[in-house]
Amino acid sequence: MSGCSKRCKLGFVKFAQTIFKLITGTLSKDKIEDELEMTMVCHRPEGLEQLEAQTNFTKRELQVLYRGFKNECPSGVVNEETFKQIYAQFFPHGDASMYAHYLFHAFDTTQTGSVKFEDFVTALSILLRGTVHEKLRWTFNLYDINKDGYINKEEMMDIVKAIYDMMGKYTYPVLKEDTPRQHVDVFFQKMDKNKDGIVTLDEFLESCQEDDNIMRSLQLFQNVM
Amino acid sequence: MAAGVAAWLPFARAAAIGWMPVANCPMPLAPADKSKRQDELIVLNVSGRRFQTWRTTLERYPDTLLGSTEKEFFFNEDTKEYFFDRDPEVFRCVLNFYRTGKLHYPRYECISAYDDELAFYGILPEIIGDCCYEEYKDRKRENAERLMDDNDSENNQESMPSLSFRQTMWRAFENPHTSTLALVFYYVTGFFIAVSVITNVVETVPCGTVPGSKELPCGERYSVAFFCLDTACVMIFTVEYLLRLFAAPSRYRFIRSVMSIIDVVAIMPYYIGLVMTNNEDVSGAFVTLRVFRVFRIFKFSRHSQGLRILGYTLKSCASELGFLLFSLTMAIIIFATVMFYAEKGSSASKFTSIPASFWYTIVTMTTLGYGDMVPKTIAGKIFGSICSLSGVLVIALPVPVIVSNFSRIYHQNQRADKRRAQKKARLARIRVAKTGSSNAYLHSKRNGLLTEALELMGTPEEEHMGKTTSLIESQHHHLLHCLEKTTNHEFIDEQMFEQNCMESSMQNYPSTRSPSLSSHPGLTTTCCSRRSKKTTHLPNSNLPATRLRSMQELSTIHIQGSEQPSLTTSRSSLNLKADDGLRPNCKTSQITTAIISIPTPPALTPEGESRPAPASPGPNTNIPSIASNVVKVSAL
Repeated sequence: MSGCSKRCKLGFVKFAQTIFKLITGTLSKDKIEDELEMTMVCHRPEGLEQLEAQTNFTKRELQVLYRGFKNECPSGVVNEETFKQIYAQFFPHGDASMYAHYLFHAFDTTQTGSVKFEDFVTALSILLRGTVHEKLRWTFNLYDINKDGYINKEEMMDIVKAIYDMMGKYTYPVLKEDTPRQHVDVFFQKMDKNKDGIVTLDEFLESCQEDDNIMRSLQLFQNVM
Repeated sequence: MAAGVAAWLPFARAAAIGWMPVANCPMPLAPADKSKRQDELIVLNVSGRRFQTWRTTLERYPDTLLGSTEKEFFFNEDTKEYFFDRDPEVFRCVLNFYRTGKLHYPRYECISAYDDELAFYGILPEIIGDCCYEEYKDRKRENAERLMDDNDSENNQESMPSLSFRQTMWRAFENPHTSTLALVFYYVTGFFIAVSVITNVVETVPCGTVPGSKELPCGERYSVAFFCLDTACVMIFTVEYLLRLFAAPSRYRFIRSVMSIIDVVAIMPYYIGLVMTNNEDVSGAFVTLRVFRVFRIFKFSRHSQGLRILGYTLKSCASELGFLLFSLTMAIIIFATVMFYAEKGSSASKFTSIPASFWYTIVTMTTLGYGDMVPKTIAGKIFGSICSLSGVLVIALPVPVIVSNFSRIYHQNQRADKRRAQKKARLARIRVAKTGSSNAYLHSKRNGLLTEALELMGTPEEEHMGKTTSLIESQHHHLLHCLEKTTNHEFIDEQMFEQNCMESSMQNYPSTRSPSLSSHPGLTTTCCSRRSKKTTHLPNSNLPATRLRSMQELSTIHIQGSEQPSLTTSRSSLNLKADDGLRPNCKTSQITTAIISIPTPPALTPEGESRPAPASPGPNTNIPSIASNVVKVSAL
């Protein structure tokens, strides 16, 4: 009841105000709120020398990377939406948003919701110029969605499903419902040495190092830059 | 402290000599100037136009791109200058900001381009100087309005998937162009509104005399007919109102909305009339109620955008109108009083009281001049003329306000329509670009594989068929290729996909095993025989080979495996490395003619996949995939 009377009072006050405005002719303010007061989140990366020391890139490569980065994100940080949009442009056939989501969380080591240039470049340095061990460790981190140190079947299912989503609908042969599941079963068969249903980092490293194809494909993107 | 004043600091410090004799305590030590750096000129090359400034100028604002170490990312070692690939015109303003401390906004610049540049250089727009701030804010507000309009219309167009019946109905009511039924309903209601309004009007027209009595209005002469028409219209309106009420997402808000009130007012008199026909006293009031039937004409505003714009205009300049109304009232009261007292003296004057003079004042100020009340005294005539002259001015004032508002809103509406059309075109373009890029990949796959096949077979000729893709494109295609490898599925285009679906639904029987591949006719197979029912059995797979054949039409690599009698379709050969299988003895000429449709044998060539995890005997690995060593060629 009190809410009702409060509302009535508010309504009455507003009505009186309108009449007053009508009589005295105060013109109304602009309807659009002035939203220009929002502060811009701006981030500046550390110095070039520092980054060069921390990563395996040369100065020139860092410059090229930064220019591309800043072009898409002038504020200096990438948020998940922008990341997904950028990534989706490379996969016009399917839906790359889930995989981009997992990628983003692998890049965002501090889980702040935004990726700064330093994080970006550190991760790239591992992926492109790191040792095999580092690369595998990064991939393990990518698969481990909840970052608990183990990969279980559900996490692997999510990842594999996200990868299959990127293929889109028009594939040959037609994607069946249980294709990801079978894929994951095969993966677990290979990786899970002690058959306990989860893959630890050591099992993962061991199994990958046993497989020549994986080792070879890890070297694939060496000269991407 | 303002940045430019820093240059005067040595003067201020030198002038402190005036305090020294007066001071009691010893002075603190002066800070040592650690870096006795000479101020150096920095060259900023912005898209070819060179700007030069002192380093200290830029360092006045250390939390911007140019003032911090961030600009080192753009330093070009070879030319020893900072290169920015941005707009030089806006950079002029940005650099002036560092020099003078005031950021200006050039009028000819587009607001979003300007904002982008400011964001790039890390400068907040709030520090725009007072001289340009108004303009900036105005333009920014216009832009924001436009974006809001876009978002609104976007939200209206969305919600395609799975609407409930109620939601579809509401959408049909709000936007009649969504379905034919809605359009029909729209026109029917419009027609009945028109019929109802015309009936109301014609009812009162005198309709010719019944012999022996005076002239009757049509309403009374054909009362039954008019009553039926009225009933029909009210039926339709009631049904419409109830349907809208049912479909409305928020019924309470719907009931409070203007249109619904108009609807209710339009149909209420009829029902009240039905209820109260018997009571004699109230029938007088009932007759008055019929006046409200004219409100049905406002129902047209749902059908006419112009009416809605007019209503919206009046609403938006309500405060201006109110003010003018108030001042008009003031003027009326003043002049009425004056006329009353001026005419008090004359006999038989019509100006019996001040309220009676209101009528004269209004008629005079609006320059109507009916002449039913005229002043007779001289003073009255003088004041009367002043009244009419001032009336012209006061009445003319609200017109430009309303007109400008109306034109603004009308143009906004038109702009919104234009933008919607543009947006549709833009989305279509994006879609075309998307399919274009995916088609480009499929295209290049074909051509790329062909070239690789040729390279493999050591044929020097015809190497560069379509090898005009740029580096970026080829890298992008490699990425997509890797994805295909990972998932063990291939990208195909829509038509092939549909074809495959149709074929798979047509041929759902398990195919028989073909004993030897040598039984197939080889490269001279014609299209028709390719479509023959001879299918090969693939372990664990129901793929009829006709589908594979159609796939083989696309994928050039299959011609390589065509001459391999050793590549049987047995499970054991799945992991066969196709190294030995890629030296077919088919002639070059046959390959070159067959980019689009290759006369391939009806055999599946399951080149073994020497890949990690998914390569092991899963049921869906019998895919005519590309030979692994070809992958190696393209990957490394």
